[in-house]
Amino acid sequence: MQRLRLRLVERPSPSLYLKLLISASSVLLALLLGAVFLVTSGVNPLMAYGKLFLGAFGSRFGLIETVVKATPLMLAGLGVALAFRCSFFNIGAEGQLYMGAFAATWAAYAFSELDAAFLLPFMLLLGFLGGGFWGMIPGVLKVKLRVNEIITTLMMNYIAILWVTHMLVGPWMYEGFPWSPIITEAARLPNLAGSRLHVGIFFALIAAVLIYLMLMKTRLGYEIRVVGANIKAARYAGISIFKTIIPAVIISGGLAGIAGMVQVSAIHYRIMPGLSPGYGYTAVVVALLGKLHPIGVIASSIFFGGLLVGADMMQRAVGIPVALVNIIESLVLLLIVAGEFLIRYRVSFERGG
Amino acid sequence: MVANDHVDFDLREGEIHGLLGENGAGKTTLMKILYGLYQPDEGYILLRGKRFTSNSPKEAIRNGIGFVQQHFSLVPSFDAVENVMIGLKSAGLFSQNVEEVRSKIAELSEKYGLKVDSQTKIWQLSVGEQQRVEIIKALCMGTRALILDEPTSVLTPQETVKLFETLRLMVKQGFSIVFITHKLEEVMSVADRITVLRAGKVVFTCNKDETNKAELARMMVGREVIFRPEREELGKGKVILEVKDLHALNDKGLEALRGVSLYVRQGEILGIAGVAGNGQSELAEVITGLRKASGGKVFLKGQDITGCSPRERIDLGLAHIPEDRVNIGLVTSMSVLENLILKNYRSSDFNRGLFIDRQAVEHFCDRLISSFNIMTPARDTPVKLLSGGNQQRLLLAREISASPEVLVAVHPTSGLDVGATEYIQRMLLEQRRRGVAILLISEDLDEIMALSDRIAVMYQGKIVGTVEAKAAQREEVGLMMAGGK
Repeated sequence: MQRLRLRLVERPSPSLYLKLLISASSVLLALLLGAVFLVTSGVNPLMAYGKLFLGAFGSRFGLIETVVKATPLMLAGLGVALAFRCSFFNIGAEGQLYMGAFAATWAAYAFSELDAAFLLPFMLLLGFLGGGFWGMIPGVLKVKLRVNEIITTLMMNYIAILWVTHMLVGPWMYEGFPWSPIITEAARLPNLAGSRLHVGIFFALIAAVLIYLMLMKTRLGYEIRVVGANIKAARYAGISIFKTIIPAVIISGGLAGIAGMVQVSAIHYRIMPGLSPGYGYTAVVVALLGKLHPIGVIASSIFFGGLLVGADMMQRAVGIPVALVNIIESLVLLLIVAGEFLIRYRVSFERGG
Repeated sequence: MVANDHVDFDLREGEIHGLLGENGAGKTTLMKILYGLYQPDEGYILLRGKRFTSNSPKEAIRNGIGFVQQHFSLVPSFDAVENVMIGLKSAGLFSQNVEEVRSKIAELSEKYGLKVDSQTKIWQLSVGEQQRVEIIKALCMGTRALILDEPTSVLTPQETVKLFETLRLMVKQGFSIVFITHKLEEVMSVADRITVLRAGKVVFTCNKDETNKAELARMMVGREVIFRPEREELGKGKVILEVKDLHALNDKGLEALRGVSLYVRQGEILGIAGVAGNGQSELAEVITGLRKASGGKVFLKGQDITGCSPRERIDLGLAHIPEDRVNIGLVTSMSVLENLILKNYRSSDFNRGLFIDRQAVEHFCDRLISSFNIMTPARDTPVKLLSGGNQQRLLLAREISASPEVLVAVHPTSGLDVGATEYIQRMLLEQRRRGVAILLISEDLDEIMALSDRIAVMYQGKIVGTVEAKAAQREEVGLMMAGGK
């Protein structure tokens, strides 16, 4: 009997075109599979997706909201991408975001008499350091004691979130609510065009450019890429693993920390439990969908920002719960990971006896 | 890539057929097709006159084809009996009669001179013994035609002689054997017929008696080969690298180096001979700083470097051609350019502030690519797209361009074709002439004998003897490699 045999051939160097194609098809396929859930809920998927798309990109309001949501995703996603580039699987962006928000908020209270011109840079710095410190701990644990970073970064999310919760039901509790007092005017990032759009998006875009330059043009970037591609070769070449991974995870956590600072300083004006609806977790998917490339991260964070906004609209229009977004997000993640396989190998079928 | 191009090959009953070719000539591919691991795109196989399609190793085994691959397929934590039992068709570890299998092993072992300890776990056996277990396993599965892929690369000269005796005995009993190798001496001493593969094509098939080594070499390479690299005598320089009573553990935590002492002079090649796994790899790693010494000292130019990092050693003039060039010596997913600067990317010539000066780097790379004749489409080509020979040239170019004073070269020519081997060996000799102290670790005894000034033999983590290369006898070195002195 004739039967088909699967044949795998490794691709020596997959092209950019192929990577883009696989990323785009992962997204499309995820939407297609998501449609199954829509149909079972008795909703016409075409209409639902139409509402979703229009909600995110079809109006000035939608576009602005998309960018507002994309901002923390982009910052944290860049951080995750950088850590992944040196094979440090940082899935702790959520915790790093909260620690950055915490440190920035503290600065806003402690130096509330300062002018915005001094206070905002200071909050930015502390946001970076808060997240960076939270990223550094698993970094040191990994390099010095070989503790698996996937576990430590994940666990430290809970510590960070609970630490902030502790502050909110304790010292920072305000008017009996678990949220902190409003920060002063000087501690708020300027808005743009009289809307919720704020300068944080420029932080994110500038960060993308800086990360790109750092990775491709500097000594540290070179070291990060060597360590990420082949840690044994890095050791052999005399590259200090410690001096490479530690700066990388500090910057990685720091970017998530800036995302937290931005959420406090430009959106909520206080620190509160729902500060991030899981931006730090979505950032991992953002980084992977963006193929760990800064430009890719910009594009994928806007996609996921749009998804969040559009789903809100869709919920209002056709009554589909926002949880659908989580399903689509998870499907994208699964398909991206599966797509890696197709990028690595050429798959063909052949007839065998 | 076409690995086999319209190959005709036949194996007769009761013969040893030597399959000769350089690395990458397609020998292993051809045998993997016979064994059902690969499928041919064209052509067919006849078995006893009948068309035979070999879809899987299972089918090949059922038809009496056995294959002892270069990397053994034994379960390390099982003993020989258990390993044989997994291979048996009636399967089921519980249903087998263990004693029956044990006596069968004993019988085969007696009959063909395959001495094995059937009660010891595989990982505790020597490589030679493991190979014998593989052969017995194949025989127990009813093999009539046995394929051996480079079986001697892990053996001492004495073990090789033993293996050849076994093969002769088997052939007398009507077995057929395909013996894959790239060593001319071996086919000449054991094969009945010889087929030479070059670049995937059969260039030559004949009886052993009708040919000679020179002809085979010419067939293999496609041109005349100079066997002995030119090596002039140099005066004795001063000692540059010295190792005193070195101890170190291997990855399993067992003692791999047990008091190694040696020295290498300026302009001298010290060859380390030994069967793989006797501490050579660990020795190289300890000297280059990739493995910690658990005792003893390493001196470079009189300076104690035992506690130094790899970086500090590189800066002191230590170069290293590692055993595993693909996984340690190169970052194969990165470009030729990025690999060429792997060790000197910090040099002040290449840096402007935090940034790497791309122009200066490109200039440097172009110089190395042309002076070392690295065949690459562009400097930004990923290294994994280069051939093994070109990868090694790249690595050598990088290491030599640093003008080292000591070079630790581990299996520098393994897996390379004759042309690339010749080139690498010439480069090593040129470095010797320049006054570099070279520690050459190789499994290829011929290479060691041809290049070295002195030869030190390692056995079970110790240097068991050092001889002047000029006066060294192959047999004497071989005996030391087996621990027999």
